[in-house]
Amino acid sequence: MASNKESFARTLFIVVGLCFVCSVAVSTAAVLLKPTQQENKLLDKQKYILEAAGLIDTKAGKVTKDEIITAYDKYVEAKVVDLKSGDWVEGVDANTFDVEKAARTPATSFKPQNDIASVKRVANQGVIYLVKDDSGELATVIIPVKGYGLWSTMFAFLAVEADLNTIRSLVYYDFTGAGETPGLGGEVQNPIWIAKWQGKKLYNAAGELAISVTKNPVVAASEHGVDALSGATLTGNGVQNSLEFWLGEEGFAPFIEKARNGGLG
Amino acid sequence: MANAKELKEVLAGPIISNNPIALQILGVCSALAVTSKMETAVVMTIALTAVCAFSNLFISLIRNHIPSSVRIIVQMTIIASLVIVVDQVLQAYAYDIAKQLSVFVGLIITNCIVMGRAEAYAMKTPPLMSMMDGIGNGLGYGAILVAVGFVRELFGNGSLFGIEILSKISDGGWYQPNGLLLLPPSAFFLIGVLIWIIRTMKPDQVEAKG
Repeated sequence: MASNKESFARTLFIVVGLCFVCSVAVSTAAVLLKPTQQENKLLDKQKYILEAAGLIDTKAGKVTKDEIITAYDKYVEAKVVDLKSGDWVEGVDANTFDVEKAARTPATSFKPQNDIASVKRVANQGVIYLVKDDSGELATVIIPVKGYGLWSTMFAFLAVEADLNTIRSLVYYDFTGAGETPGLGGEVQNPIWIAKWQGKKLYNAAGELAISVTKNPVVAASEHGVDALSGATLTGNGVQNSLEFWLGEEGFAPFIEKARNGGLG
Repeated sequence: MANAKELKEVLAGPIISNNPIALQILGVCSALAVTSKMETAVVMTIALTAVCAFSNLFISLIRNHIPSSVRIIVQMTIIASLVIVVDQVLQAYAYDIAKQLSVFVGLIITNCIVMGRAEAYAMKTPPLMSMMDGIGNGLGYGAILVAVGFVRELFGNGSLFGIEILSKISDGGWYQPNGLLLLPPSAFFLIGVLIWIIRTMKPDQVEAKG
C-alpha cells in the first residue's frame, strides 16, 4: 500500500474522498446551527434597537435574552414603509422583512441617483421601529441608516423623539468585514461620543436638514452640530453621508415629512 | 505506545519551555488582535486549541495515506473545515464574542501554529500523541494570550472579564487607564517582556550570537 500511495489514482482518490468528508462535516454544522444563529442575529438587532431607544443599557452589564424579548415585545412595533410615497405598507410582516435581501434584488430595489453613502442599491421599502412608552404613547422613532465609512459599511439605528427632530441616540451596531479602525473610527461606538448626539436637532427652523458632524467648535456647540472624532475624518464623513442619504429624498424624507405634518397615522 | 511521562512532556512542554509564541514566535498576529479583553483571549484560546487538537488528530490518523505531493493541501483542507465548524459553533452559542473576534476565528486557518504542528508533528506521530501535542500547543498559545489579555484589560480598562477591578476616573473612580494598552501595539511590548522573562529564567532558549 505504502509503495503506491504517490500514484496518480491514489492521490486523486484521497483528495476527492477528503473533500467529500470535509464538505459533509462543514455543511452539517452550518445547517444544524443555522436556526440558533439566526435567532442570535435577531436578538442582537433587537438589543441595539432597545439600546437606541434608551430602554436598556448594555454598558451597565449583561442584558439577558428574556429581558430583551420581553421589552421588545412590549414597547417596539416594527412597520414597513414605502420610501417613495412615505406611506405604511400593510400586509408585510416587518419582523421577517429582509431589507438587505430586497436591496440585492433588482425587482424590489432602485439605484440611487445621488449615492453619497455608497449604498449601491436601496430597497423600495424600509423598516421603521416605533417605540412606545409605558402609557402606550409613541416615544421614539427608530430609523435604520447605513453607509460606507473608511473600511466598511456601517449599520446604525438613529433614534429620534416623536417630533422626528430631536435625536435621542445614534447607535452603530454592525460593520461589514473587520469594521472601522479601533480607537479612531471605531469610536463611533464609544458611549461618550454617542452621548453627544442626545438632544441635537435634525432640522433647522426652515425645515432643512441641518445636522452635521463637524470639526468647527462653534457649530459643534450648536443644536445641529456634533463634534467629529479626531483622527477619524473619513468615518465621520461616512456618518454624515449616511444621515444625509437616509434622511434625504431617496431615503426616508417622504415618510418623515408626512409623519411630521400629519403625525404617525 | 507512549508512556505517561512522554505524554506529559508533549502536553506540558509547549506551555513554558517550548512555547509556540515565546520561543518559536509563531501566531503573533492574532495574539495582538484578540488580547484587549480576557473574554476574547480565552475564547480564542479554546477555539485554537480545539482546531489544533483535532487537526493534529485527523491528520495523524490518515498520515500514512496522505500523498506527499499534496500533503499541505490536505492539511489545509482539514484545518479549514475545522475552523469553519468552530466559527459556526461560536456564532450559534457565543454570538457576542464571535462578533468581537470577527475575522480572527477565520484566520486560525492561516495560524502558523496549527500548520506548523500538523506538518512537523502530526505527519509522523501516532494519533493520541498528536492530539496531546495539539492541545499542548493550543494551551501554550493560550497561556501567552491570557497573560497579555490580563495586563491589557486590567491596566487598559480597569476590569477583568468585564468586571470592574480598578474604578476608572471616567466612572468617578481614581484610576487613569492606560489607553495604549487597548491598542494592538501594546501586545508587542508585553509579548517582548514575556519572552525576556522566559529567556532570563531559561537561558538555553537564547539564540547563539552569530
